[in-house]
Formats: sequence, structure tokens, C-alpha cells
Amino acid sequence: MQQETEQTKAARPALQMKGITKRFGSFTALNQVDLSVNTGEVHALLGENGAGKSTLMNCLFGMYGQYDGEIYWQGEPVRITDSQTAIRKGIGMVHQHFMLIPVMTVIENVVLGMTDNHWVLDLKAAARRFTELSQTYHLALDPWAKVEQLSVGQQQRLEILKSLYRHARLLILDEPTAVLTPEEVDGLFEIIDRLKAEGHTVIFISHKLNEVMKICDRCTILRNGSVAATLSISQVRNRETLARLMVGNETDLDLHETDCHLGSQALLEVKQLSCRGDYGQLICKQLSFAIRPGEILGICGVDGNGQRELVECLTGLRQAESGQYLLGGRELLNCDARQLLKSGVSHIPEDRLKYGLAPGMSLEENLILADYKRSDFARHGWLRSGRIRRQAMALCQRFGVRFSSLKQPAAELSGGNQQKLVAARELDRQPRLLIAVHPSRGLDVGAARFVQNAILSMKRKGTAILYIAGELDEVMEMSDRILVMYEGQFMGQQARANYDRTQIGLMMAGTPIS
Amino acid sequence: MEGILNTLTNFISADVRTAVPLLLCALGLVFSERAGIVNIAAEGLMLIAAVSAAIGSAYFGPWGGALLAAISGLAGALIFTFFTITLRANQIVVGTAFNIFAAGLSVTLNRRFLADVTVTGYPLRAIPGLSQLPFVGDLFFNWQLLVYLTFLGVPLLQFVLYRSNLGLKIRASGEQPRACDSVGIKVNRVRTGVVLFSGILAGLAGSYVSLGQASTFIEGMVAGKGFMALAVCVFGNYTPVGAMGAALLFGAADALKYRLLTTELGSYYQFLNMLPYLITIISLMLLSHRSNKPAASGKPYIKE
Repeated sequence: MQQETEQTKAARPALQMKGITKRFGSFTALNQVDLSVNTGEVHALLGENGAGKSTLMNCLFGMYGQYDGEIYWQGEPVRITDSQTAIRKGIGMVHQHFMLIPVMTVIENVVLGMTDNHWVLDLKAAARRFTELSQTYHLALDPWAKVEQLSVGQQQRLEILKSLYRHARLLILDEPTAVLTPEEVDGLFEIIDRLKAEGHTVIFISHKLNEVMKICDRCTILRNGSVAATLSISQVRNRETLARLMVGNETDLDLHETDCHLGSQALLEVKQLSCRGDYGQLICKQLSFAIRPGEILGICGVDGNGQRELVECLTGLRQAESGQYLLGGRELLNCDARQLLKSGVSHIPEDRLKYGLAPGMSLEENLILADYKRSDFARHGWLRSGRIRRQAMALCQRFGVRFSSLKQPAAELSGGNQQKLVAARELDRQPRLLIAVHPSRGLDVGAARFVQNAILSMKRKGTAILYIAGELDEVMEMSDRILVMYEGQFMGQQARANYDRTQIGLMMAGTPIS
Repeated sequence: MEGILNTLTNFISADVRTAVPLLLCALGLVFSERAGIVNIAAEGLMLIAAVSAAIGSAYFGPWGGALLAAISGLAGALIFTFFTITLRANQIVVGTAFNIFAAGLSVTLNRRFLADVTVTGYPLRAIPGLSQLPFVGDLFFNWQLLVYLTFLGVPLLQFVLYRSNLGLKIRASGEQPRACDSVGIKVNRVRTGVVLFSGILAGLAGSYVSLGQASTFIEGMVAGKGFMALAVCVFGNYTPVGAMGAALLFGAADALKYRLLTTELGSYYQFLNMLPYLITIISLMLLSHRSNKPAASGKPYIKE
């Protein structure tokens, strides 16, 4: 019986992509990729950063205009050269970076570009239809709210509704969980279940194995632009199988127990640090903590409880109101970023494209951004291109950055490789204090592991490390000690030896525990 | 009483006369700005249109002038879009080059075609009935046709920008072109259309300078009005209604300048001449924070 349903399903694929090849200049991003997605299934597209998942989907959604190979939609051959064609066929895509216009209202975003709009827009009628639709899928959203006022999770729902409003039968979700809080992720999974129940087909792009195991029916794994395997999730015994297919070799998923070489004296001391947020409200309230050499202090908490502002104070991007910031006994409070860099503070920022890299500049230039004045790289105000190139080559090789040329702009790299680039620059400076914020966000297992190992090697060299990440598991794995932040204050701390998830959860929700 | 009333009437007509070309040009600029194109060539477009209008009027009458001005604006805008949209050149550089080119071309055209001809200005069109009203009649209902059209265009364009499907596409193209692309809007086609529209309006605005404010062409007579129109567009917060308010304010500053020239302050005329420009700079400084400035303003859109 089970066999039979499998076969009937396989007999009517909603989508088939055959021999898709996509080149950017001399770089082959996709090489003869085949993908077959059945009607009504949730199909995962799994792969490391830069494996070609997004490229494949952008081909399908007509974002490139040109590709080699064939696409069959509901059994018919189609040529998708622009997104209008894809939308007309019933394909919807929720991009990783949302395609929304922040200053406009929800309903304006929904109707934007629809081909059956009247010359004079009837937004009220559209809003009624939208509200009906959102109720069908239990995705309440105010059609008259401005998009910039919505949370990230709400914006994602809007993107999904936008596709449904255009009668999409197939929804492509490009790394939908990367930007969500854990509660929002659960909400998204419910939505996906409901979409499936309504007969929609979903392509779920991810590199998070547990999510794929949890909600997908089948998955196709891409590696280096080619298909490594397509298999039913029910055939997969454990996530190590998937991980192996993804990275091509065995990856053990649990980090080694970090051995402790903690110094005895605190290297970093922060005392009574207070600062104000973007709207003038007091957002960090008299924070005090210390980190010893070789110690990783994790800070966890729900986003928006002052972690970002704390980091900005420590990296010279925000003025503190009061307090002390001592590194090796030297006062650094409200020093500018250059002085902090000189004092040995390194920073892996939350948003690599905004604060970590100059996206339009070359890899070489990005790798010396913090140290371009150092005598190795510049003499009498002139850059020393030979040395810079050798340094860049060495760093890219050591950190496994995949690139086609050292002169290519950093924006052209995939997210994971960009992060490796930032890590390479920041860790190579041999910092005394490393501030790492979401260092593995958006990275696949292999790349995340690599960055974390690089950070652990800094720990062994005696760097004091402040580690902030969205996923509790990750912070617990990496840290020697955890502080929990809530509304600009620390609710309490836990040492590695006696972690208690329940207590940490309580503290994250605002219950102080001493 | 009679004297005050007269002064007021004169002041308001001077205000409107100055405001019309600024407003007309700014209405087009609001649209192109909203779609993400900074059409800094407006100055040159107006200048070429002013001379074209005078030539057209001299040989074919005022309507020929208007037509030639509109065509020259369209042609200039076509050149601008070719460089900025098709070739993705920097909008400021292309615009500046165009303005320099226009300064030269207008002089050449002037000397070649306008040496010994008579230019007829736009005729006044009193609106029957309404223009007979005491005081307001003469003030508001005895103008050239282009003046009525300009002011009628304000609510119309406001409606198009905010309530029509086209307006939504235009605004979206200036904010997030990539998002537009993802829903199937041809961003560069929208932008081209809007710049051509702004070219026509800049052309008509230029024609008002030579045929409305005067009945002749004088070299360099546009004198920064295209740039003022850009300022009007920004000061009006990128909306047609706002642009109208801003244009009338600048017009008032200009009218005030002429009033003051007749007083004992008249000997400081160089300073009085600066007044409208000074007001432009100060108002832009004061208003720089609250803004509908489109996020993708001035950036070419490159489809991957």
C-alpha cells in the first residue's frame, strides 16, 4: 500500500528540472543538476553554502533570464526567463532577503506588480481578499500596516501570503528559518504543514539538518553545484547520513570538550556599563562582567535585549553613558574603533555585509581592512600589493575560502565564504579580545564548524572571547560560562560544568537566578 | 486700502509667475526621483526648451513653440536615459555634461535662428465669467493656458502617484528595484518612461521661461531654475502637492526680492538677488530629516 502511494506520487511530479547548468563568467555554479519535486510534498534542497541551492531556485524563478537545461512544469516544458512567467505558472518564491518595500503598506506590497490590477487601484477590495486569504491560512496580518513596522517573522508571512495571493501552487522558501527566533520557526513549520494540507508543494532550502528531518518528505542534496543524492527522509536513519552527503566526508556534529587553559587574572573587565539605544532609552543597565585569558564567555538572550548595543559599546560603534571598559588594565571606554583595533580587540560582527566587509571591494582589500596601515602592507602611504596578495592567498587557503580570483568583490562570495573571510581577517590579527556575534549564522554545518574551531584555537592561544549567538545550543557548546541577558541586565550566570537548560530558559524569560 | 490690495495682487501674480516653471519642472522630477532617477539634466533641458520654444514661436506661433519645447525636452531626456539607464552611467556626471552641452547649444541656436525675428509670447486666457470676479478674478483666472494646466496637474499627478497602479510601480522602482523585478516589473522600462515624461514637463517649463515670463529668449535666462526645481522637488518631500507649496514659497521669495529692490534696500541688490537661493539652501537644511527620499535614488538597476 505504502509502495503504491509512493509510486502514484512519483508518477505526477509538479516540477522537473533536467540538466540545469548555470555559469557566471568562468565559474560554473550549477552543473547538470536534475531536480524532481512531487505535487503536495515538502522537498528539501540541502547543501553547504555556495553549493548552488539559491542559484538553482533563482533559475526556476526567472531571476537570471538565462540558463542551460530544461524545466517541466506540470509535465509541460517551460522556459522561464523572467519572474513574471514563473508567477503566472503558479510558482512563488520567498527570498532569503525579503523582496518587500519597507516604506509601503502590507497591501501595497501584495498588489505590487500584479498584472490584473486596474489602472486606479482598489486597495480596499484587495485588502478584503487578502484578509480572507490570511484567515484561511491562519496568518493574521494587518493589510494597512507599514512593512517596516512588522517583525521579521511577520514579513516572512507577508511574503508567503504575497505568493498565495498570486495563486502560487509551488512555494520556494529560501533558508526561511535563518532569520527567525525559535518560536517563529515553530510557527513557520505549522504554516508549512497547513500549506501541504491545502495541496501546495513546497521547496524548502536549508542547511539545518534537524529542520529538514522534521518537516520534509524528500530531499535533494547539492554539493559543489551538482546533485549528490535525492532521497526520502523516511529512508534516512540519522542526520549524520545527510551531513556526510552534504560535505562529502564524515563530520562529527558535537564539538570536542574544550580543554581549559584559563588564566587566573581577568583580561577584560567591564564595570557598570550603561548605554542608550537608538531611541534614547536606557538599554544596557550597569552591566558588569570579566573574562579571563583563554575563556569563552557566552551571552544569550532573546534578540533585542541589549546584546547588540553592548557589543557596539565594546567595539567603538556606540557611546557608553557611564562605566569602565578595561582590557589588560587599560581604560578603553568610548575609544574609537581604530584605537580599539590597536589595543587588540577583534570583532566578528552580526551583519557581515554591513559591518564586516566592504562588499564592493576585492578579497585582498577586505583582508587588510583593519590593518592597512601596518608596515607589512603599506609604506609611506603606498600599498604593497605583493605582500597584500601573498597575505590574502595565505589566509584564503588557511580558512578554506572558495573564490575564483583574489580581485573579485567580496559581494560575489556566498554567505559562508564571506563569513570565513571576516573570520580570517579578525583571527589572523592575534587579538587579545575577540567579540564574536552570531559567527555561524547562515553557515552550513561544515563552515560553521570551521569557524567555531578557529575560535577555539584562539581560546587555546589565550584570547579572551565574548561569544554571542542566537541558538542556545551553540552558545552552550562553545562557552565556558554563560550570562543570560534580559532587558539590558544580566539575569544570572551558569558555568559549563553545571548547565541547566531549564534555568537558562527561565532567565531568558526574565526570571533572575543567582 | 486700495494701495495694500494692489501691492498684494502684484505680489501674488509675481509669485505665481515665478513659481510656474519651477513647479512644472518639479512635477516631472518628482516622478523621476520616485522611480530612482535623479534627473540633474533638468537645467539643460529647460534651457534648450526655452530657446526651442522661442524659435518655434517665431516661425509657427506660440503653439509651435510649446510643441517644439516639449519635443526638445523629450529628445534631451531620451539622451539622458540612454546614458544613465541603458549604459548605466553615473546620473550626476551625465546630467552635468548635458547641462554644459545645453548651455553651448542654446547660444548657438539663439544666434542662428533668433537674430532678427519676433517672438510671440503665450497669450493670456481669461476664463469667461470667473475672471470678472472682483479682485480674485484677475488674480486667479487671467493667465496663460499653461498656468492653469500646471496647477490642475498637481492634484491629478498626486492621485496618479498614490492611487494608481502605475504610481505604485513607480514608487516601488525607486525604493527596491530588485523586489520589483521579483514580482515581474520591468524596472528599467518604468524608469525610462518616467524620465521621458519628466523631459516633456521640463520642456514645457522651459517654454514658460521664454514665452510666459517674457516674450523673448535671452542667453542664460534659465539661470538655475532647473536646479531650483530639483530643490523644490526635495523640499516638497517628493510629492506633487508638496512641490506646489515649495514652488510658491520660492516664488514668494523672488517676488519679495523685487518688492525690496524698490525700497531703500535696493542698493544692496546683489544680496537681494541671493534671497531665493538662500531660502532654498536654508529650507533644505531645515527639512533634510523628514523625507520620502527613495532608497534606490540615483542607483542604476542591474539585473543579475
